[in-house]
Amino acid sequence: MYGEFHTIKFVSELCDGHMHCMRICPTQAIRVRNKKALLLEDRCIDCGECVRVCPNNAIIAMTSSFKDFSKFKYTIALPSPAFYAQFGKDTTPSLILEAFKKIGFDDAYDVACASEAVSIAIQEYLDTNKSPRPLISSFCPAIVQLIQIRYPNLLDHLIPIESPMEIAAREAKNLKMKETGLKASEIGAIYITPCPAKMLTIKNPLRKKHSFIDGAIAMHDIYPTLLQAIAQSNGSNDFKEVQGLGLGWPIVGGQVACLKAEDCLAVGGITDSVRILEDIENDKLKNIQYVECHSCPTACVGGTLAVENPYIARGRVLRMVKKYGSTPCQDREKIRGLYQKNFFSLTGKIPPHPVQPLDEEISKAIEKMQKKQGIHDKLPKIDCGACGSPTCLSFAEDVVLERVTLDDCIFVAIKKFEKLSSELLETVLRHSEKIDSNIEIITS
Amino acid sequence: MDNTFLQTFKIQGGNIYNAGKASTEIKAILKQLGINAKIVRRVAIASYEAEMNVVMYAKQATLKFEVSPSQISITVEDEGPGIPDVGLAMQEGYSTATPEMREMGFGAGMGLPNIKKNSDYLKIESILGKGTKVTITLNVN
Ligand SMILES: Nc1ncnc2c1ncn2[C@@H]1O[C@H](COP(=O)(O)OP(=O)(O)OP(=O)(O)O)[C@@H](O)[C@H]1O
Ligand code: SF4
Ligand SMILES: [Mg+2]
Repeated sequence: MYGEFHTIKFVSELCDGHMHCMRICPTQAIRVRNKKALLLEDRCIDCGECVRVCPNNAIIAMTSSFKDFSKFKYTIALPSPAFYAQFGKDTTPSLILEAFKKIGFDDAYDVACASEAVSIAIQEYLDTNKSPRPLISSFCPAIVQLIQIRYPNLLDHLIPIESPMEIAAREAKNLKMKETGLKASEIGAIYITPCPAKMLTIKNPLRKKHSFIDGAIAMHDIYPTLLQAIAQSNGSNDFKEVQGLGLGWPIVGGQVACLKAEDCLAVGGITDSVRILEDIENDKLKNIQYVECHSCPTACVGGTLAVENPYIARGRVLRMVKKYGSTPCQDREKIRGLYQKNFFSLTGKIPPHPVQPLDEEISKAIEKMQKKQGIHDKLPKIDCGACGSPTCLSFAEDVVLERVTLDDCIFVAIKKFEKLSSELLETVLRHSEKIDSNIEIITS
Repeated sequence: MDNTFLQTFKIQGGNIYNAGKASTEIKAILKQLGINAKIVRRVAIASYEAEMNVVMYAKQATLKFEVSPSQISITVEDEGPGIPDVGLAMQEGYSTATPEMREMGFGAGMGLPNIKKNSDYLKIESILGKGTKVTITLNVN
């Protein structure tokens, strides 16, 4: 994991115990106890699905707010390319970048062009490295965590290439340092993020010490202000229009579309990602070169913190790519040169983070597994969730781990109650013979 | 083997949609038991290939999965055509897969060799016209 923290927070006072979050959680990391949702932290991958479905807004995505950046002398906004797709078709990326300067940022910097550079670096890596195939994209932090937790065998498949967000921030800071004479620490690079998960890589990046990004503001937090600034704009614009295939990165298939390699896959959503990861673990996809994997079903255009309907946003990305995609914004030979100088590479290993086993000691773990199986056999297996665990199997496990008791299953409780009440009735009937005969006892 | 966890799975021949389900569950159980990730992967590959062979070539099978503190074993017993020449079937690249199966990415003739590579013990017993029994064992340490 990216550290001992998560980017979503459960606000207990607001939680009514609705269980929407428990049911949707793809890693079964949520339980409801005493009408409050609680998180099993070692299983959470920060995908943010729970944030989307909570009807009470009791699950908060932990992003930054504008005032967190007052310590910087100079601020640069770096919107995720997904942000470009949240506006109408006349609002081009360059107008959006320009608008950031009107709402208090000193400058803005495009990330889509860095995505194109990263795509070239990925292609170089594929062409020159013999590491295990398929390589898996490492740009969705939720997917990286899923692999750390459930697929430690696949950590070596995560491509060790820096993300577009980092590449862009590094470039933007270098540029501004030269221009303004300020120190790196005086310049704040602020990502406009589609999801809380990106906060993980900002606070505690893997395979390197520090992020070049200093914080992230939620797309939906900044959207209204920016929309207003765009509406009031007089049309003046210092930015060139954003070009290149990097514009397609925030949709499923956007990365793969930038690659020359043909044997590639793109997948969105945890359920389908899990299927692909299972296949990779079973050695079934060795002929595939690269797998682009996103936690969100529609990738970043449909991130937890997005504003627009993800399919409308996706349509806009496709249109942008059609209009501006054919002109590259990067010089391939220059990027290849930078690649050879390790400009894009990440070194070091990503640590595995497997979920706690049933027991540290194998023979005890086996005993507990037998117990879990025995309990599960007795349960109705309808996954009703009334017990506060997402499935009957997870409930059986919670019983074995002594998080709950068997009676917490209403079906078990009813059976117990039935037995108790029939015993009670029997006793009453037995005694009634001795009692005054004009007390009528209705059985059945 | 006193302290042994046992679970059986039914595998349907021809059922591509559910293919690989038993292996997925087996993997999840091993991870919960805290078995070393490298061993989990070897078991996953071996059980997946055995399961797929049932889906491809047999009518149906029972997969018996056992874990003790020292050993993991998988026994797949199918009702099916049997294998006429096990030695030949074990050779890398030997396959009787149909064009349709090849279309779906199977038929490289690597399944049985991969099981061999990823297990510590492998036994194949086959009776023509009746079925095949594949026994796979891995040491936990
Ligand atoms: N359970 C089985 N029943 C009948 N025949 C089998 C069975 N398992 C394997 N065979 C035979 O043995 C051959 C080799 O099997 P193996 O798993 O090594 O390769 P494959 O299944 O043909 O291809 P791949 O596993 O690479 O997709 C098969 O083509 C088939 O003729
Ligand atoms: S797909 Fe994109 S928006 Fe969704 S969690 Fe991953 S990085 Fe964030
Ligand atoms: Mg096979």
